[in-house]
Amino acid sequence: MGSRASRGILRNTTFVLFVLVFVVFGMLARNFLTLGNLQVILSNSSYIGIITVGMTFVLLVGGIDLSVGSIMYLSAVATSLVVNDLELSPWLGVVACLGVGLAFGALNAFAVTRLGIVPFIATLVTMIAGRGLGLLVTQSVQLDFPDSITLLATVRLGGVQLNILIYALVVAAAALFLAYTSWGRRLYAVGNDPEAARKAGLKVPRLIGSTYVLSGVCAALGGFVSIAQIGRVPAGFGRNNEFDAIAAAVLGGVSLFGGVGTVFPGALLGTVMIRVIQAGLVARNIDIYIQPIIMGAIIFFAVLLDALRNLQLKKLGRRNIMKMET
Amino acid sequence: MHASMEGRGPSMEAPEGAAFQFLGVTKSFFGVPVLREVSLSLRPGSVLGLVGENGAGKSTLMNVMGGVLRPDGGRMLLGGTPYQPQEPGDARAAGIGFIHQELNLFTNLSVAENMFIESFPTLRRTPAIDKRRMAERTREHLAQIGLDISPGALVETLSPGERQLVEIAKVLAMQPRIFIFDEPTTSLTAKETGLLFEVIRRLRTRRASIIYISHILGHVAELADEVAVLRNGELVATGPTAEYPVPRMISCMVGRDLKSIFPPKASAPQEEVLLRVEKLSQPGIVRDVDLTVHKGEIVGLFGLMGSGRTELARMIFGVDRYERGTVRVGNGLLPRGDPRAAIERGMAFVTENRREEGLLMNVSIADNIGLVALPEFARAVTGHLRRRRLQEATAQKAQELHIKATSYEAQPAKSLSGGNQQKVVLAKWLLAAPRILLVDEPTRGIDVGAKYDVYTIIGELARRGSGVLYISSELEELLAVADRILVMNRGELVGQFERSEFAEERVMRAAFRQGDEVRP
Repeated sequence: MGSRASRGILRNTTFVLFVLVFVVFGMLARNFLTLGNLQVILSNSSYIGIITVGMTFVLLVGGIDLSVGSIMYLSAVATSLVVNDLELSPWLGVVACLGVGLAFGALNAFAVTRLGIVPFIATLVTMIAGRGLGLLVTQSVQLDFPDSITLLATVRLGGVQLNILIYALVVAAAALFLAYTSWGRRLYAVGNDPEAARKAGLKVPRLIGSTYVLSGVCAALGGFVSIAQIGRVPAGFGRNNEFDAIAAAVLGGVSLFGGVGTVFPGALLGTVMIRVIQAGLVARNIDIYIQPIIMGAIIFFAVLLDALRNLQLKKLGRRNIMKMET
Repeated sequence: MHASMEGRGPSMEAPEGAAFQFLGVTKSFFGVPVLREVSLSLRPGSVLGLVGENGAGKSTLMNVMGGVLRPDGGRMLLGGTPYQPQEPGDARAAGIGFIHQELNLFTNLSVAENMFIESFPTLRRTPAIDKRRMAERTREHLAQIGLDISPGALVETLSPGERQLVEIAKVLAMQPRIFIFDEPTTSLTAKETGLLFEVIRRLRTRRASIIYISHILGHVAELADEVAVLRNGELVATGPTAEYPVPRMISCMVGRDLKSIFPPKASAPQEEVLLRVEKLSQPGIVRDVDLTVHKGEIVGLFGLMGSGRTELARMIFGVDRYERGTVRVGNGLLPRGDPRAAIERGMAFVTENRREEGLLMNVSIADNIGLVALPEFARAVTGHLRRRRLQEATAQKAQELHIKATSYEAQPAKSLSGGNQQKVVLAKWLLAAPRILLVDEPTRGIDVGAKYDVYTIIGELARRGSGVLYISSELEELLAVADRILVMNRGELVGQFERSEFAEERVMRAAFRQGDEVRP
């Protein structure tokens, strides 16, 4: 029966980790896990959460997208051009923002599916060159956004902050698409065995490409939500967010091997976890040079768990000869 | 030669109302002909058994029919009209269902999702999948082949046999009129095989046409109405099954009358014990296994699929862990879970998954053969390889084993047929001259001629003083090859038979552990 227990734990690592993180940080920093604090954490989770949703799609087909941080920056730059320099409406700013995300997502998709470049390298190039392009435009000067944008962050619908609402909508839409549409189920199929998917007549390149486009759009949207909250975009905007998103997805049980994971509850829980850990470290006044080390360790741990789970499930899945007797 | 051409009369060339016809189909790969003017027709409502050695062209012919490959010459007629598929989708659309040997299932999806992955039923005017309708239709399709599993079950939770049946149900769901079954029974239990045969017979009564490819000639004889034999890309015989009993099929396949399917026994066990396993146990896998292998002895390990034979061999070799018990080579205790130690003591393990575990597919035949014995060809101090000597040794082994290739140095292992790949795996270990050889299903999926070579090689090894533990599900071959047969059932050794006591029925009875609930 021990094997059943360990199988249960491995299939539900996310929940186990989630509880663990809350208990540990609840004990480490008293008064940290208050309702008010949690709301702040959730609100701050929304932008990284949206990016994590896009990342989840890419990971599901066995890819990776390192360029989301740079896409955030580029789309913010585009928004600034429209809103600050051209003095157009903030809605056109949103359109420009998402448009840039879509374009760079499509560029990644093209490089991965048509040129056959390994996703890690293709998106690494977009990440480096994209950041460079953004800095070329801004000359590293910080961008400030007018009230028309920042006021969006204060909008509440039914008592819920707009950014949380947007995040909830993105999660709900993504979860429904993954679970209930042909496209979603086929993404899982591609992630499980691309060769078999090809033989089954699925349009594998198109399916894989769509995830990069979606990831690009999600990165731009996440970036916009963040701009509305903080009102300014420094030169380092979005930097390292790709790792937060990957870590959140993996903590949430999305496998780097492809084909395994969910947006709800998986990626959502992973995102909240990452933010709770980050906020907890700040609340405990952990040395800022120690913080990245701890984050690195946690990401390592999440990836290790993913690898172990992969290995272990394979082993446990093997037949048990003598138990077949009864 | 001409003896095997009989039965290919003009009446077979243009029968009335054939469901499918090949007319002079040819195909070459890199100038090497693999199909030579094959003309063959398939009658509606009949089962055609297609047999031939590995590399005879069966797969190529079926791939041409299934739209995977395009023929170089010749024509095909589907129900009398010309048929030129450009891709597998065309074949499907034309009503040809191809059940491939390897499974194309997504283990992370449910049975129902796998059945409908190509076109999910959706709720009206939405992109949402109609899960209820999908489950219902899946249940119907599964019921057709007598498979009792939930449509919502994830494929990763199914047994290999169940997966194979799901694959078959998937093709059935497309309601083709012509079926191609390529080795469908390799992972099926006896009971599941029975189910499949019922399905095939039912299809036949509904006027479907079936091409059934298998190395298990007994199955072909049981199922097929007609038999077609391919050899070296040529159709050498066709005719009613009644005229082609298994021995005749074999002689057509190999083109000569094999004196027998098995070589004469050349080895005899000696006193010295090479391998001694005592009380080997691992909860849930094996329990208190004791066995010995003597010098020059071939010990057969027989058992039904899933009885724990492979797992036992893996533990002995040190690939898998075990909780209790000891493994001794000569007088020395072998450490647990350390295959390197096992190799150093002269043990070799030829696994059943030659594709996954035994071969480097993209590497040349010669390099594959040389792999294990490499250290012996290194210069004393610098460790440089003595290339010439290695080359000679590998080439000699390849020739001894009749590995069919144009160049051992240039040709990658993946270019070989299944039987020749298996010979490369054997050659690799033989070059290292192991004292103890563990072989797991060395003849699975390879043709009669290659099997004969494999038996000869293993017998020769035993004659030179090695001890062999020979795992097989084919009792016939163990009866011919082994000095002693051990029978395994659900993780325990339940019987032992000396060569003098060999009798098919008794061994089988032990394997099924008579008196127990008999699982076929």
